Amino acid sequence: MKISLAWLREFVDLPEPVSELQEILSDLGLVVEGTETVGESLDDVVVARVDEIRAIKGADRVRLVVVDAGDGPLEIVCGAMNFEVGNYVPLAPVGAVLPGGFEIAARTMRGVTSHGMLCSSRELRMSDDHQGLMILDDLIEPHVGERLLDALALTPDVIFDISVEGNRPDAWSIEGVARDLAVRLRRPLRGPVLASPNVTETSDSFAKAGIDDPESCGRLTVSVLRNVRVALSPSWVAQRLQHAGMRPISNVVDASNFVMLELGQPTHPYDAASVAGHTIRVRRARPGETLTTLDGVERVLATPGRGLGDTGEDCVIVDGDDQILGLAGVMGGASSGTSDETSDVLLEAAFFDPMTIARSSKRHGLRSEASHRFERGVDPELGLRAAARFVAVLQESVPELEWLAAPLDVRGDVPVPPTLTLDDDDLKGLLGITIDRDDLTSILSGMDFTVSERDGGLEVTAPSRRLDIRSGHLGRADVIEEIARIYSYRRIPRHNPAWPEVGGLTERQMLRRHLRDVIVDAGAFEAWTPSLGSDADFDLLYPGRERVRITNPLSSDESVLRATMITGLVRAWARNFERGTGDVVMAEFGVVFEHPSETSAPHVARGGVGGALTLNLPRENERLTVILGRPDDDARSAVALWRLLEGRLGLDDVVVRASEAPAGLHPTRTGTLVDRASGRTLGFVGEVDGELVGAITTVPGVRRLGLLDIDLDAVADPDVAIRRSPLVRVPGRFPSAVIDLAFVTPRTVHAADLEFALRGASDLIESVELFDVYEGPGLSEGSRSLAYNVRFSSSERTLSDQEISEARAALIAAASSLGAQLR
Amino acid sequence: MSPSPLAQLDQQTAELLSTIDALTSLDALRDVEATLTGKRSVLAALQKSLGSLEPDERRAAGAELQEARRVVTAAFDERRRLLERDARLESLESDRLDLGDVVTPDVVRPLAPGHPSLVAITQRELEDVFVAMGFTVADGPEVETDWYNFEALNIPPAHPARGMWDTFYVDLGEPETVVLRTHTSPSQIHLMEEAVAKGTLPIHAVMPGRCFRRDTPDASHLYAFHQIEGLVVDRGITFGDLAGTIETFTRAYFGPDITSRLRPGYFPFTEPSAEFEVTCTICRGEGCRTCSFTGWIELGGCGVLDPAVFDAVGIDSTQWSGFAFGFGVDRCGQMRHQLTDMRALTENDTRFLEQLS
Repeated sequence: MKISLAWLREFVDLPEPVSELQEILSDLGLVVEGTETVGESLDDVVVARVDEIRAIKGADRVRLVVVDAGDGPLEIVCGAMNFEVGNYVPLAPVGAVLPGGFEIAARTMRGVTSHGMLCSSRELRMSDDHQGLMILDDLIEPHVGERLLDALALTPDVIFDISVEGNRPDAWSIEGVARDLAVRLRRPLRGPVLASPNVTETSDSFAKAGIDDPESCGRLTVSVLRNVRVALSPSWVAQRLQHAGMRPISNVVDASNFVMLELGQPTHPYDAASVAGHTIRVRRARPGETLTTLDGVERVLATPGRGLGDTGEDCVIVDGDDQILGLAGVMGGASSGTSDETSDVLLEAAFFDPMTIARSSKRHGLRSEASHRFERGVDPELGLRAAARFVAVLQESVPELEWLAAPLDVRGDVPVPPTLTLDDDDLKGLLGITIDRDDLTSILSGMDFTVSERDGGLEVTAPSRRLDIRSGHLGRADVIEEIARIYSYRRIPRHNPAWPEVGGLTERQMLRRHLRDVIVDAGAFEAWTPSLGSDADFDLLYPGRERVRITNPLSSDESVLRATMITGLVRAWARNFERGTGDVVMAEFGVVFEHPSETSAPHVARGGVGGALTLNLPRENERLTVILGRPDDDARSAVALWRLLEGRLGLDDVVVRASEAPAGLHPTRTGTLVDRASGRTLGFVGEVDGELVGAITTVPGVRRLGLLDIDLDAVADPDVAIRRSPLVRVPGRFPSAVIDLAFVTPRTVHAADLEFALRGASDLIESVELFDVYEGPGLSEGSRSLAYNVRFSSSERTLSDQEISEARAALIAAASSLGAQLR
Repeated sequence: MSPSPLAQLDQQTAELLSTIDALTSLDALRDVEATLTGKRSVLAALQKSLGSLEPDERRAAGAELQEARRVVTAAFDERRRLLERDARLESLESDRLDLGDVVTPDVVRPLAPGHPSLVAITQRELEDVFVAMGFTVADGPEVETDWYNFEALNIPPAHPARGMWDTFYVDLGEPETVVLRTHTSPSQIHLMEEAVAKGTLPIHAVMPGRCFRRDTPDASHLYAFHQIEGLVVDRGITFGDLAGTIETFTRAYFGPDITSRLRPGYFPFTEPSAEFEVTCTICRGEGCRTCSFTGWIELGGCGVLDPAVFDAVGIDSTQWSGFAFGFGVDRCGQMRHQLTDMRALTENDTRFLEQLS
């Protein structure tokens, strides 16, 4: 919201330097996002009349304009096209210095010399308008050669761009911002000049007003204005609007905008001649009714929207024939605005239910200055005061204006301002400080709360404009925030809370860290690939499967939640490879998603209005996926990497089983990581399916990509991924016996399984280690020799030959259960 | 009348089909493609001969011939598909490796350092500071319902405050009931619900995680980003405790010459709400372009928990009070590493990644 300092100063004395005011505003929660100085460096700019426009040979973007600025014809080259002969425009003559330090010099273009510059509103820092030259005829009665500052009665000003938070409906106006400053600075707040009805004839003799939908419309006031003459606004009014970023249109429309900016009340002036029966009523729209709004779009009303909690109601303004004049609080209709012929005006100033306006505005995609304010909440008691201000402003250009007595004023359901008790302890409890009772009272009454003393505290009633203040214990927090805000957050002493509970990470978080450290130590670059992908990517691996789709994606390439990180990582690797930096291992920790209908374990959570529904959400599976893309990497190096991780994680025994490869993995070079004790799957190891690489990259077949895809949900679960026992054994003092055993083993038996069988054969076994694998002459087809080094020991004694020989026999027996024969 | 050029069509088609069925390799298939379905095929020759027919006959014959070509082409394509599948199966078979039997010493590689991501590094540093301050760390889901992401946080349906977040909605359930979480704040609700159910209040936790907002990516925004949320629910917690916690964190993370300050803000789930700013880490408060010459950088939001949130999760706000705060993990990383374009985080260029450790 753009706020003029000069305008603020009409409400409160502000002698402080601009930088200090900026600090104070920010500390009040009215954050100044930008500050702009306007009306400076305009001393040399004068009013000029366009007398002639000529084409310049060979130029189609600029024209030669001959103007008169009081000293005879002057030739100017100008690129704007929005004016014609007879218009009055601002001229910066040669030698003038424009805002921003831009000095005007005579310039020659296309053989024509330009003796100055004709200016747009933005070039003069008067508004953001850069559509073309600033056309002065629309604003003033111009006189050739007059200084622009005088012509526009322009005074230098500072414009703050303030961001107002959603819980400050009362601060959406000059007066609201001024009030915050006045209370903080303990200075009086001055009100604006207000008019009073000036004829005895009463409004009800001319017009009627009514509310048929008291829920949506809490207050409707209609003022009758006669002898209206539609003209230009006085220049100070136009200037105020321009500084706030609005275009002056006519004195009537401008007065309405002026009052909205100044006091926060949107008003709507209707041409009484186009309002049947001079009647303004508010009712709920009937399903299917239509309205063409001011922007020329036909709107179908009262049809339920897609939005959650949107029941589809629209509130409309209708006339005596039940014709719809506008979408209440959002935008007027095309037919009933004021025009040059208007002489009688019905001025509507109302209060609408914020949620009704919010839903209408969202559903119709219509945002206006009015809807912005109504959906945050306009003071229900402001309507007639705003009308009085409107009349006072309009009277500046129409002194003969008549305002009929007893403006129409109809009430619907207006929110009742809550009354709360505020004990001294409440403040101490929430803020941690005590604030002097007088200070409290002065802050609250300054903000127009009604305050009375009661035993141990205060009783506080919110002003009607503070629709953000709730009742009961909720409202107490609201009021305390208000006190703290004005008092200043920075004055509240900091305190470090202490508690006996210790902080720390969960087992799972430690596991994640651990894995990350190991994987990085093993050479992996950690990547971050997109969580959202395309249908095509999804179909590549999971054709026909239900996917988790985004309703409103930024693009179709980012419309589906990923079901694997393999695709993203292969792409990331390939991009590096193409760049010549692809000799790397890339890893990603992340979540992949499974549609609730595709999983037996959807995530179930409450949702919907009031949390009344039970919703099935996607299963979220945290994984660590690693692509090994260095030269010579393949499934073997992926297995080696897994062995490293397994060892460092302290897992007891995980075996790699040949299995059906999941999508994206090489069908014959993939193994499933299975915890031997729990029998559960911990992930997959192998290679990326070459078909996938071919489908999504331009480097198919250049190298095998090793792949490790670990299910962290499984690995983190100690019942699934069984940990090695934390108990340790002190090696015996007695010597170990060592024997070597070679077994002729069917090719189908994994060395790891034989090793496992051997390990369990006797209590005396200290270690079993594979040291040789032989295949070839001397052995039958389909078998090989696996040779193990076995150590025995006892903590109690040196083992006897007898014991060793029994253990040896047990080993041979265990091996034979797998079909292995001593060689 | 001359005999129709298509008199032998059925037989010719049958011959073509049996030739196709007899193909046993992709090479053979490629060799005969032109004579079976291409320009040199019997059917193509027949096509040319139709020119001599009367228009009516030609139309009927043309249709007949087209059907025959369709059948032959389909059979050919099917054969190719089968042969390609066989070829793939064969190559896969010759490629087969029993990973259960991989003996690892074969594949020991030279040592080369890897690199954690900037987000992971930053998240760990932040977690460590908070753990040292007595916080536990909690995780939460990335897909949430509107209840957790909004309503329990005192942002009712259709409330304009929902517009504060550009939300990605998920096509599940009623419209707008399932979302990609727009902030880590729903994790607060999960933690409080759990603590109430298990009777394990108080809570002192931080919740890092990935969030999503429907922002077109540019140098300072990605549609996915990481936040860290803090939540304290205990007895006698005040705004002063919040301000103290923020300050302690700021000095611990950014360094002793960096300080924090709070100014009023608005979040529906806290009251009072504040934005917190820290001394600009570039100019150390002197004023520079990064901080728009204010000496301060806005880091995040915070506030005392709104009693409406306690009501939603069933915590008695006369007994318990608390505060929450949240800010960007990526943003902290950006400040510490002076990252000029956030998009580098998701481009995964090894030349970027290898700078991190």
